[in-house]
Amino acid sequence: MRDGNALWLESYPYDRMLGLNRRQRTLLLTVLAIILLGTVFFLGIFSGEDKIATNLALRNLPPSWEHPFGTDWLGRDMFIRTMKGLTLSIQIGLLAASASALISLLLGLAAATLGKWVDEIIAWLIDLFLALPHLVTLLLISFTLGGGLKGIVIGVALTHWPTLARIIRAEVLQLRSADYVQISRKLGKSRWWIATKHILPHVIPQFLVGLILLFPHAILHEASITFLGFGLSPHQPAIGIILSESMRYLSVGMWWLAFFPGLSLLIIIRTFDVLGENLKLLIDPYNAQE
Amino acid sequence: MNKSLALFLAKKLIRIATLLFAVCLISFVLVSNSPIDPVKAYVGADIALVGPEQMEQIRRYWGMDKSPAEQFINWFGALIHGDFGTSLIYRKPVLDVIAEKFLASLALMGTAWVLSGVFGFILGIIAAMKQGTWLDRLIKWYCLTLASTPVFWLGLLLLIIFSVWLQWFPIGLSVPVGVVAEEITITEKIKHLILPALTLSIVGVSNIALHTRQKLVDVLNSDFVLFAKARGEKDSAILWQHGLRNIALPALTLQFASFSELFGGAILAEQVFSYPGLGSTITQSGLRGDVPLLLGIVIFSALFVFIGNLAADTIYRLIDPRIKEGGSV
Repeated sequence: MRDGNALWLESYPYDRMLGLNRRQRTLLLTVLAIILLGTVFFLGIFSGEDKIATNLALRNLPPSWEHPFGTDWLGRDMFIRTMKGLTLSIQIGLLAASASALISLLLGLAAATLGKWVDEIIAWLIDLFLALPHLVTLLLISFTLGGGLKGIVIGVALTHWPTLARIIRAEVLQLRSADYVQISRKLGKSRWWIATKHILPHVIPQFLVGLILLFPHAILHEASITFLGFGLSPHQPAIGIILSESMRYLSVGMWWLAFFPGLSLLIIIRTFDVLGENLKLLIDPYNAQE
Repeated sequence: MNKSLALFLAKKLIRIATLLFAVCLISFVLVSNSPIDPVKAYVGADIALVGPEQMEQIRRYWGMDKSPAEQFINWFGALIHGDFGTSLIYRKPVLDVIAEKFLASLALMGTAWVLSGVFGFILGIIAAMKQGTWLDRLIKWYCLTLASTPVFWLGLLLLIIFSVWLQWFPIGLSVPVGVVAEEITITEKIKHLILPALTLSIVGVSNIALHTRQKLVDVLNSDFVLFAKARGEKDSAILWQHGLRNIALPALTLQFASFSELFGGAILAEQVFSYPGLGSTITQSGLRGDVPLLLGIVIFSALFVFIGNLAADTIYRLIDPRIKEGGSV
């Protein structure tokens, strides 16, 4: 699994595309991402159950215009199944990423404002959570909670906060020593006032971008843990389940069962990654004008 | 210098010890609160043959009638003496199982580690030297796309191409059917190793390549490289004399610090190819409720990650002369 740090350490300015500047491009990307998500959600939620009902006459069909992703061993349309699976995975990913980002925000703020001891403890906690491979922690938490949706969401939320928490902590530390914050303090403003009026508004953009960049990780780990069999039951066909079921049919040459669902997942993850990277560059005044 | 290194190592080791203890404690608490009953998992299919009295006896024999704190102290005490308990699936001491499976995983992860390190480094250098060209863009695109690729899906693709279509490699099961485990030849083993190792290598390239590229770009933009160019040095000479010594160390450190992802990736790759390593074993132990084995591998994986991080930190101090001095300014 990839490391979250690399995403933050480096920014890869995309070369000019279509003669647009970064603002225009980011706007375009955001619109595209929303359309993509909207389409997946629409297809996932509103396409009828009859398409994915067992239909043995249409068994094991390779991809065609009728069934763009082919059909499976029960004659279910893989395109609709994939869309439904993605819808489920995206919802879980969003929930888990939001929970994780909130934890980062709280711990990052706490580490930077509540004194040396709290900072030390949170640094130790970060080390602790980075000590185990994400997947091992996820597996352990899923095991404890007996699998299911709850296990995945809590697991992903608890494993993905350290990177963003570090960034928020650094940001707040920098802000805290800024002149206007110092002056504000000397003028007798309360800690709470400073935290909500000076510090929070500065951290919000970082937080939102962090949330968007957390999302691909969350969905990737959700798919992985489900693939291993710890997440959802086969009755909730998340993308990981679809892929793990496909394994049994690969040896007879039904490649489309694995290829298209995985590719769709990849496209969704990549879209959010690019979106997050662009937003990150946009909120950074050094790069925003490129 | 040796003194400062010793002090540094001592501090690190203490931190690792506290973290390891916390890992033990937390995983124990987590696992003991699991809805899966270890006694039932132990009895397994024979549940009809075992009466409630016998279940109670097993429970007492395992010390499960004691308080959680007492249980932890007993378990941790045994752990320190090297007794990780007995695996329910394999009916063997957990440490023996881990040792056996880790050897298999080591071959897999080691191969992937070296391959991804070397190729990632080379790709990163090429991208940076050709910065801004189509080659650079291609490498960047490749790495960023790989970073979004689910490891297990890549494994499935390789399985389809090489095992199903080309039939170069066997599908699943690392031991061929009808062959006794001891009779497997080394070539058989290697045959089963190639695809999972390839999967992990392809994915592992991404991080190190992007990182190396960025570092080398920074170096190439520096004043001393500008001066070297002004002296008329060739690109190859600049890379060899100025570039490599500045980017080799960060790359090596990054590669050591990637043990955690490597292990995570191995869990998925081993599952796809049914490779009998630690990764597929932890999945099995979790799915079948083999608590001692699960705990054992969790602790082992933490140790594995710590060793990687410690190696990364130590190498930095040993090789880079600027970090050798005591540390205070």
